[in-house]
Amino acid sequence: MSGKGTDSSGRLLRYGTVIASLAVMFLVLIGLNIVIGSVRVPLRELLHILFTGGGGDTWQGIIWKIRLPRLFESALLGGALALSGFLLQTFFNNPIAGPYVLGISSGAKLTVAAAMITAFGAQRSPGSWFLVSAAFLGALMSMGVVLLVARRVRRSATLIVCGVMIGYICSAITDFLITFADDASIVNLHNWTRGSFSGATWDDIRVISVVVLSASAVVFLLSKPISAYQMGEYYAKNMGVNVQVFRIVLVLLSSVLSACVTAFAGPVSFVGIAVPHLVKALLNTSKPIVVIPVCFLGGSVFCMACDLIARTAFAPQDISVSSVTAVFGAPVVIALMIKKRGREM
Amino acid sequence: MDIFLSTRDLAVGYNGKALIHGIDINLRRGTILTLIGPNGAGKSTILKTIAKYLKTICGAIYIDGRSIDDMNERDMSFLLSVVLTQRLRTERMTCEEIVGTGRYPFTGMLGILSEEDKAQVRESMELTDVWDLRERDFMQISDGQRQRILLARAICQQPSAIVLDEPTSFLDIRYQVEFLQILRDMARERGIAVIMSLHELGLAERISDDVLCVKGETIEDYGRARDIFTRERIEKLYDLKEGSYNPLFGSLEMKRPNGEPRLFVIAGGGTGTGVYRELQKMDCPFVTGILHENDIDYPVAKDLASEMITERAFMPVSDETYARALEALRRCDTVLNCLSSYGEANARNQSLAEDAKTLGLRVIAHPEDYSQ
Repeated sequence: MSGKGTDSSGRLLRYGTVIASLAVMFLVLIGLNIVIGSVRVPLRELLHILFTGGGGDTWQGIIWKIRLPRLFESALLGGALALSGFLLQTFFNNPIAGPYVLGISSGAKLTVAAAMITAFGAQRSPGSWFLVSAAFLGALMSMGVVLLVARRVRRSATLIVCGVMIGYICSAITDFLITFADDASIVNLHNWTRGSFSGATWDDIRVISVVVLSASAVVFLLSKPISAYQMGEYYAKNMGVNVQVFRIVLVLLSSVLSACVTAFAGPVSFVGIAVPHLVKALLNTSKPIVVIPVCFLGGSVFCMACDLIARTAFAPQDISVSSVTAVFGAPVVIALMIKKRGREM
Repeated sequence: MDIFLSTRDLAVGYNGKALIHGIDINLRRGTILTLIGPNGAGKSTILKTIAKYLKTICGAIYIDGRSIDDMNERDMSFLLSVVLTQRLRTERMTCEEIVGTGRYPFTGMLGILSEEDKAQVRESMELTDVWDLRERDFMQISDGQRQRILLARAICQQPSAIVLDEPTSFLDIRYQVEFLQILRDMARERGIAVIMSLHELGLAERISDDVLCVKGETIEDYGRARDIFTRERIEKLYDLKEGSYNPLFGSLEMKRPNGEPRLFVIAGGGTGTGVYRELQKMDCPFVTGILHENDIDYPVAKDLASEMITERAFMPVSDETYARALEALRRCDTVLNCLSSYGEANARNQSLAEDAKTLGLRVIAHPEDYSQ
């Protein structure tokens, strides 16, 4: 009765349903994010602005200079965060690994803050590429420390605690830097260190698209060795994977993705853990070839939704998107830890 | 000889330090080589070096005539597959997907299985009798089933050799026997060379063609299984002082009870073995007889009894032997008679029991009735 055809077509139906639902949510969120905001733009005016480029100057500015870049930024960086988390979970074989809890976001935050202060000190506005490079450096430094710790500890819970500690140290140094920074840069920095998609520009979007989309494409093309690596280092090697090279590539990719997020939006918490977990649960598989694209889409949807809440919940006051992602993401992490407790935590 | 895998003066270890040296093995296609030896002797280290997880310290390993130093991971993956001891933790993966990972070297860029790959997966799963589990989550099946899934994965890679590190460790006896039988059939039918480590000596003796005895620094012994599994060699390999190894049964006996025996056990034909072991647990020394040297009770008696009254195989019990038995009887205060039926061959044991009564010894039938 349950022939092979039925099994695999059932699975494909499930994947299709999940992808279709996420795509619908994606489109709906695009609409909502454009329409909703502290300034109400009438629908007729809106269509006019979007499709003919006309409309009133104020409204046009709000849509094209504020809402659309912010929308793109949350979509791209959300996807990047989710993928970065998925890669780190694969790398450490630990479902609660992610760029935020391992202190990688905070490491990037530290170097980006230092870079910004330096740039402002030289009376210049820091360029997008400059910030991304600084963030990448910081991410790699944190990752290096985490890897050193990981070599010594086998217990995954200890690793996470160490990562959180690294995060605290980096945040403390960042605060220290900000305290002694010029007045002019403080406002800018302070908003950013809490995590926010506000203030995105089309220049930023260009850089983000290049970095995130190319890194994500590479991740997708690596889904075969990632699937081997999910079986552990030894089995992966036996399947013909050059594990040493592959590990370096994984570290670089996850760092570049989370660094890009931090450079433009600051540290955004828990997306990297919650989204891959939810996606795997929805698809009921951890096969990278399916999980990777859906993770990206899921991360986009998650961050777009959270940003919508961040913008509108207490409008006109923006709250940090990291607070919103924490509210939705942290319970998922707690649930994961409870589920995992029975095993070797 | 069709040698598939061999090592030449191989030394293995960690961080450049040799742990074991002078390893020279020749593994023929279709045969099973088992590594035995005490814990921590380095069995896993040898296997990991052969699978290229560890660098060789010196010497060389040849697979199919090529040195593994000249091969990369991908070359190796076509020749050799592994089943490891570490427990594999997976997330939402079905058993079929796990087995499918064995097709890795054969699939394209994105790792999508072709119809031929799928056929191979099915064939391997049927061979290890796990096809029914294909839709189950790998984490939600028993240890025995998991191990067979991993074997199916290894077979699915169509290797010429399989390396297994203590594959039977978490299995109950039924799964142990089933697992090793599959391995044996696979070696014979597909000509796959198998090299593995085992803890269970009894199983090692029954499954292996050749045995490598690993004991720290050097190889203690290497040869055909039937030559290796002798009392002396095994007891030396494991420094067995408290107990003994019985090559006939491939089993272990505990330490012989100490002290002057005050109990005479009349046994034979398998009636004594269980009783001897009971007495060993009570730490109660005993004399036993009269046993023929080919009696089934003889091996265990030899390991556990303080003294034995024996007769040569196939010979009637002589008067001298009987006299020795009587003399031993006189030194005891109790007789445990395990026999309940007598015939021509053990008629003298019957008279021994009667003599014991005449001598005024206490006669009991169960070890529990005895108190020192």
